[in-house]
Amino acid sequence: MMRIAYPRPARAALAAGSLLLAMLSAAAPAPVLIPSQSEISFVSHQMGVPIDGQFRSFDAQVQFDPKAPQKGHFLIDVDLTSVKLPTSDAMEEVVKPAWFDSARFPHAQFVSTAIRAIDKEHYEITGRLTIKGLSQDLVVPVAITQAGTVTTAAGQVSLRRLAFAIGDGEWKDTSVVADNVEVRFRLALTGIAPL
Amino acid sequence: MPLAAYILIRRAIAAAAAGTLSEETLADAMNPSAVPAQPVDRYTDVAIALHWLLAVSLLAAFCVGLYMADLKLSPTRIRLFNWHKWAGISILVLSAFRLGWRLAHRPPAEPSYLPAWQRRLAAAVHHLLYLLFFLVPIAGWAHSSAAGFPVVWFGIIHLPDLVGVDKQLAETLADVHSALAFTLGGLVLLHVAGALQHRFVLKDDIVQRMLPGRRP
Repeated sequence: MMRIAYPRPARAALAAGSLLLAMLSAAAPAPVLIPSQSEISFVSHQMGVPIDGQFRSFDAQVQFDPKAPQKGHFLIDVDLTSVKLPTSDAMEEVVKPAWFDSARFPHAQFVSTAIRAIDKEHYEITGRLTIKGLSQDLVVPVAITQAGTVTTAAGQVSLRRLAFAIGDGEWKDTSVVADNVEVRFRLALTGIAPL
Repeated sequence: MPLAAYILIRRAIAAAAAGTLSEETLADAMNPSAVPAQPVDRYTDVAIALHWLLAVSLLAAFCVGLYMADLKLSPTRIRLFNWHKWAGISILVLSAFRLGWRLAHRPPAEPSYLPAWQRRLAAAVHHLLYLLFFLVPIAGWAHSSAAGFPVVWFGIIHLPDLVGVDKQLAETLADVHSALAFTLGGLVLLHVAGALQHRFVLKDDIVQRMLPGRRP
């Protein structure tokens, strides 16, 4: 890395500038995810038997002003290697190329393209979900509640696993593993203005 | 030896042993052709149908269970496990119905010419078989619950979990399920050996009571 030696007055100006930036961002802080109160889980079905899974590591970059929801933006990044399934053989299986192919595609991303308010607490977030390099447009109904300084965005959405080539090859048979996967999420955020 | 004669002679011997041998019984044994052949007292058609349906189901469930246990995770493993569970619950339901039927319909009496210890052994094997028709599927169901896989009968009917999710308990229940299943297998062998002995060694009518076919 190249080091730049700034002259003293320039250094002072830079310091003042970053202080100003910090003050500005303090005035409108970006919402921050509280991982311990957030959850992304899913239910898939094997011959009718529900199999619960969850992701233990994910991040959210959110801009959301309840007074102008249509200007908001959600980016959810899920670490697919953090998946948790009920059995150790399922855990070993899911990282394989036929499923998440976690070595090549460690992350899934949802990027919102539009937010529509239904009422004060209900929104419809349209966006693009990318898993394994394959993208699908989604419309996600989200309920937003507030308690103290914590804002919680929760909802669920049904995905079709085969649209993302999850469970490829011999696993394509939907009579064994159903195509539909129900994803549930609860994102707890600080730094969102009151509804 | 014709079967009727065999039966009459055994009856006379049993009566003599018990000290109740009458002249009539002795005369029958000396001249069996004079006694008209009795029609075989059979199980009801429903009992016969349930017996053979369960025989086939138990054999299939046992073989699938043996084969699937060590399979690696694959669609085949998932299919076999679920079919096995569906079969197990079906066996449980059929057995409950069969027990009800059995209690409501007296089965044909064991022939009196059989030694008492044989009758007692047959009764004991039958009682244990019935007990295991229930215990084996219930242990399997509880194992599935403990392992975190609720049983969904035929992929449609969600059955309640018998125990909470507990990996250690699941392993214990797997061993219990397997031990009970092998015990059931052993009893079935004993039951079949007894049937074969009656059919091919003693050549009596005991097995005919449970064979499908037209009534005489």
